[in-house]
Amino acid sequence: MMSPAHYLFLSLALFLIGCIGVVTRRNVIVVLMSIELILNAVNINLVLFSRIFGDVAGQVFALFIIADAAAEATVGLGIIIAFFRNRETVEADEMDLLKW
Amino acid sequence: MVATTSYFFDHLWLIPLFPLISAVLMLLIGRVVPKGAVNFFCVGSVFLSFVHAAGAALALLTLDPAHRVFQQILFEWVTPGPIPAVGGPVPFIADWGYLLDPLSCVMILVVTGAGFLIHVYSIGYMSREGGYYRFFGYLNLFMFSMLTLVLANNLLLLFVGWEGVGLGSYLLIGFYFLKKSASDAGKKAFLVNRVGDIGFLLGIFFIAATFGTVRFTSQGLGDPVAFAGINETLAAMLNQGRLLIGGPVLTAIALLLFVGATGKSAQLPLYVWLPDTTEGPTPVSALIHAATMVTAGVYMVARMNAIYQVAPIAMDIIALVGALTAIFAASMALAHTDIKKVLAYATVSQLGYMFLALGVGAFSAGVFHLMTYALVTALLFLGAGSVIHALSGEQDLRKMGGLWNTVPATSRPFLIATLAIAGMPPLAGFFSKDEILGHAFSRSASIDRYLFLWLVGVITAGLTAFYMFRLLFLAFFGLSRVSPAVEHHIHESPKTMTVPLMILAAFSIVGGWFALPTLWGSKSSFEEFLEPVMTGVIPETVAVKFAHHTLLIEGLLVGISVGVAGLGIWLAYILYLKHPQLHSKVASWPRLHNVLIHKYYVDEIYDAVFVNRIKDLSIAFGLFDAKVIDGLGVNGATWFARGLSRVSIWWDKWVVDGLVNLVGKLTRSLSHPIRMFQTGVFSSYGVFILIGLAILLAYYGLHMQVLVRGLR
Repeated sequence: MMSPAHYLFLSLALFLIGCIGVVTRRNVIVVLMSIELILNAVNINLVLFSRIFGDVAGQVFALFIIADAAAEATVGLGIIIAFFRNRETVEADEMDLLKW
Repeated sequence: MVATTSYFFDHLWLIPLFPLISAVLMLLIGRVVPKGAVNFFCVGSVFLSFVHAAGAALALLTLDPAHRVFQQILFEWVTPGPIPAVGGPVPFIADWGYLLDPLSCVMILVVTGAGFLIHVYSIGYMSREGGYYRFFGYLNLFMFSMLTLVLANNLLLLFVGWEGVGLGSYLLIGFYFLKKSASDAGKKAFLVNRVGDIGFLLGIFFIAATFGTVRFTSQGLGDPVAFAGINETLAAMLNQGRLLIGGPVLTAIALLLFVGATGKSAQLPLYVWLPDTTEGPTPVSALIHAATMVTAGVYMVARMNAIYQVAPIAMDIIALVGALTAIFAASMALAHTDIKKVLAYATVSQLGYMFLALGVGAFSAGVFHLMTYALVTALLFLGAGSVIHALSGEQDLRKMGGLWNTVPATSRPFLIATLAIAGMPPLAGFFSKDEILGHAFSRSASIDRYLFLWLVGVITAGLTAFYMFRLLFLAFFGLSRVSPAVEHHIHESPKTMTVPLMILAAFSIVGGWFALPTLWGSKSSFEEFLEPVMTGVIPETVAVKFAHHTLLIEGLLVGISVGVAGLGIWLAYILYLKHPQLHSKVASWPRLHNVLIHKYYVDEIYDAVFVNRIKDLSIAFGLFDAKVIDGLGVNGATWFARGLSRVSIWWDKWVVDGLVNLVGKLTRSLSHPIRMFQTGVFSSYGVFILIGLAILLAYYGLHMQVLVRGLR
């Protein structure tokens, strides 16, 4: 029988992997994929606590986040393609215009 | 004092007004109206003036001789208040008022009469010229000024007319303003007149300061007490012994006024402008520079005769200047070949006669000569204009000749005028010239020096006869020397030109007959008419006396002057008609001939002494302007302003802007450490978020109990 702690550790592991991916990887597509990992870590937590407390609101939230992630991936990829057309690169550390 | 009411007296103010209205009309809208309308307005207005002048003259004649004076004050014109005068301040006032007495009556008749004929003549003469309406507008403007001059009841208004005729003269001499010589002549006339006008103006100021008034007389007004006139004030001051007869004040006034007269009436040394005025259209020469404007000086001296009669030194100077002008101008006319120039010198010479008459105290004779010569010289100029018209613009006597029968309507009146100016009885010039010479001779009975003046007058009479007949013979008799190109279309002038010539010729014959009574020893009717104006204010004992001569001496005098004139005519006949080769021999005395041709080099001397010195002065002023005013002043100010702006710029740039930039830079450098966090690389932002999350987690981890209690 798997205790809630297992789920929480899985969720934590996914979240940490995602976070590390976001801050360390240079390819923006990989960064996007890492963000998906973080979102899914959140989803696991939501569904877990939904089951524990018997409240479906958490699962509804999870479904919303999945839809949101899909939309985010679409928009993100679109931005990346547009960026690539302009700068011919998808390297994260070359994207340094968001300052001053 | 008789209260006179007559239409022409009450409407005296209309006489100058008619030409003014049409002048204004012409100069405003003349460009757009047809020629017929120009003729209608301009000639018609002068005709109306003439009718009113003649009416006023007739009305004046019906009055009792002692009361032939009428004044009309239109409005108060200049009221500057009290002015300082000898014996305390007096309330000064000058009206716009008109004075009609025998003297101004003669003048308005001459001005409007000759003026009207010359206007008619101009219709023909100017018919093919450009600026037709402009010409007539100027002529009418001139007529207005001249009538204001002669009708003015005070010196200040007279001065307005005086300057107005100067302006008209300037505009008309320079009528062909594209021709340099014409515009130069206009300027010369205007400037030379300015010299005289300064004297005249000073004289007026002197009069105002001495008498406290500039009105001529208080006669002819309803209330003479409230109205001080120069004549009455002069009489009172002489009676009270506040002024001396022949004293410095009166002499100075008389001489200053005479300086003005020498300018306007072209006397030595200011006559130089008049010969040049022939650059203008010929009717202008006839109207302004023969008949009317140049007589203004004579009129003014005659008008101020009360002052002149008590300034004997000034009178002697006038007589001398007049006599010298007469003979010099006559000698200058001897050698000229330009028909209009000869006539211009003849005019100067005759004006000299008039001043000779005024100077010997024969004021009436001077005005008489003025009247007859206004008509005669106008006729001469108009005749010359007609000849020039016939010869398509030729003015050189050497290219004329034999025109006697080609242009009969011009040549006959011209002969009459020539005889008249030469002083042949019984034409107009004979009487007036003889009266002047007679008066000069009479004065010599008591004072010898007048004999010299008489002699000069007689010689001038001979010279006049000589050069006028020289002109006549060269132009109308002998063989034709007209160039073939011109010869083809010699034509008589139109009726509008020849009819005025005939009318003037008639006047040149009968104009002198006023003086017929002098032949049997009584006073001329003209002199009698003018006498009330010319009596002056001094007691009989001091007045100029003319010795009365026996009929024999009178006859001898007449015989001498006619004889001398006849001699002149005979000489001209011999030299220019009978033996034409002779005068070329005369001309071969090169030195004398040259001196005459060059008018005694007077223009050159004036150029060297005055004109060029003034030019030098102007150049010096110009240099001063360029170097000191422009150099030091203007450029210096620029330099200074530029220096100042440099300082200002420096201050602005480094101090004012510097402070602003300092604030900016300070903010920037203070914010520098914080700014370093914003790298623009989103993964570093992720790191910051994680760090923040870690801090938050660490905080809540330490206070977990609170969280858990909250969940429960």
